[in-house]
Amino acid sequence: MRPRFQLGSTFQLLLLACSFALAAYAGVQLLARDWFGVALWIVGVALLHDLVLLPLYAAADRALVRAAGPRRRAVMYVRVPAALSGLLLLVWFPLIGGEVAGRYTSATGLSADGFATRWLLLTAVLFGGSALLYVLLHAVRLRRATKERPSADH
Amino acid sequence: MPRSPFSPAFWRSPLRGPWFTSLLGLVLLGGITVLFVTGLLSYAAYNPDLSPVNDKTPGKGLLGFYLFAWPTDPHWLYRLTQGVHVTLGITLIPVLLAKLWSVVPKLFTLPPARSLAHALERLSLLLLVGGGLFEFVTGVLNVQLDYIFPGSFYALHFYGAWVFFAAFVAHAVLKTPLALRNLRELRGASGPAELRGEKDELTSPNPAPPTVSRRGAVGLVGGGSLLLFGTTVGRSFDGLRWSAVLAPHGGAEPGNGPGDFQINKTAAYAGISETETSEEAWRLVVRGRGGTVRLSRAELLRLPLHSAALPIACVEGWATSDQLWRGARLRDLAALVGHDDPTDVFVESLQRHGAFRHAALRANQVGDPRSLLALFVGGAELTPDHGHPARIIVPAAPGVLNTKWVGRLTFGDL
Repeated sequence: MRPRFQLGSTFQLLLLACSFALAAYAGVQLLARDWFGVALWIVGVALLHDLVLLPLYAAADRALVRAAGPRRRAVMYVRVPAALSGLLLLVWFPLIGGEVAGRYTSATGLSADGFATRWLLLTAVLFGGSALLYVLLHAVRLRRATKERPSADH
Repeated sequence: MPRSPFSPAFWRSPLRGPWFTSLLGLVLLGGITVLFVTGLLSYAAYNPDLSPVNDKTPGKGLLGFYLFAWPTDPHWLYRLTQGVHVTLGITLIPVLLAKLWSVVPKLFTLPPARSLAHALERLSLLLLVGGGLFEFVTGVLNVQLDYIFPGSFYALHFYGAWVFFAAFVAHAVLKTPLALRNLRELRGASGPAELRGEKDELTSPNPAPPTVSRRGAVGLVGGGSLLLFGTTVGRSFDGLRWSAVLAPHGGAEPGNGPGDFQINKTAAYAGISETETSEEAWRLVVRGRGGTVRLSRAELLRLPLHSAALPIACVEGWATSDQLWRGARLRDLAALVGHDDPTDVFVESLQRHGAFRHAALRANQVGDPRSLLALFVGGAELTPDHGHPARIIVPAAPGVLNTKWVGRLTFGDL
């Protein structure tokens, strides 16, 4: 017997109907000028995130974990600075990449140079700080481990 | 390991689960509500119902139901609301990304729909995710002057916000009770596979060994937010601007001396030439029901001049601290052409292009004693980039309504 397709919750149906009505009311205006361009952006940005950006950083993370092998503790010391640096690049790529440099300088009178340098510097600080922290904590752990190890003389 | 993302066992992160998703969801519930409200306030701040020149969204219809006369008090009102809108939006990006990561297995759930309600809910999720990302992306691009989106930012970001909000409210109503229950009951403990009869599609049935604790993951998301906040918030304060190292209008002030504060559009960018702003060429035309008056800058200087300490606050979220402006009160200029009661004014710049070369101000703005046609700032003449020979400055108004290089003022009901 084929399972019958269910309607589902009445409340949920009513709520979604209201939501779609409002979305359609605003959507008509949103799509009024360049409907194809706007629809492409809304669907495209979701697909770009779900099917490109997310798999890319997930794959990079998986590669990192695999590369770390048994040193699992070290993973976070690479993951955190890489994620933070990548986040800054994701948000500020038009300025870091210099693609709006001409307009930025002529409109605001501010220099558009230095965004890439400052991003690289921040990235260096993040990785450097992380490495320092790793070495310090590692040294503490090593010393503690040496102290706690029962001496061979006793 | 299963190769297909449609198989639940494909998703192996031990972090995914109802607790993590619920926490991020509740943060976004609060944060996005603030973004929506401050966005609506910014829309009202332009007084779009006052004049077509202020209205970039003439088709708004019922969506403008709440519009009101934007006040002039406190004078930092727009600086606050728009600073919160943009800075909070940027700060929430890591939370949004983490939330989307935490629920991505649901994108591949099979069967695609268990019921009509479920099918509609998934369609609504396209508006939620697509609309939400669209709002964040257009906002982030606009503050960097990267106008690659398909149309006018004002229209796209405004109508897009309503489409997104429609889906957001439905999602919040459907999920908030569950999220609250999850947080109360799970208290950070590892999530059960089955929760109250609702199938838990988030927890991996085949989790990989953990490489980070749940607290560590929350810390990473929060750290990302803190980093973005710390390198952005300075663009709203002259004394902190140096700290906004990657944000537009962060870092240094342009130039030095009395005019060394942030510029939205330079004179060169606006196409203003010195020949039209020179002492000989420039005349301010003031029109009203009492007739038309033409004033040279020297004649303007003989009017009673007043001072006001007011910021420039841009829709892009940056602001200056209070600058000391000096010039003629708008209400005195109105009285010059027969308007003794406060009335609206239509302001025209010498600019020949640009969306805001014309702007309308409401009677409450014209009547405020701090609303000036400024001739000086910081004790010196206006620089060309700050609107020489004369510019409007109005308390609490969005930056672009403070028209620079003013050529004509027309007082009277709009």
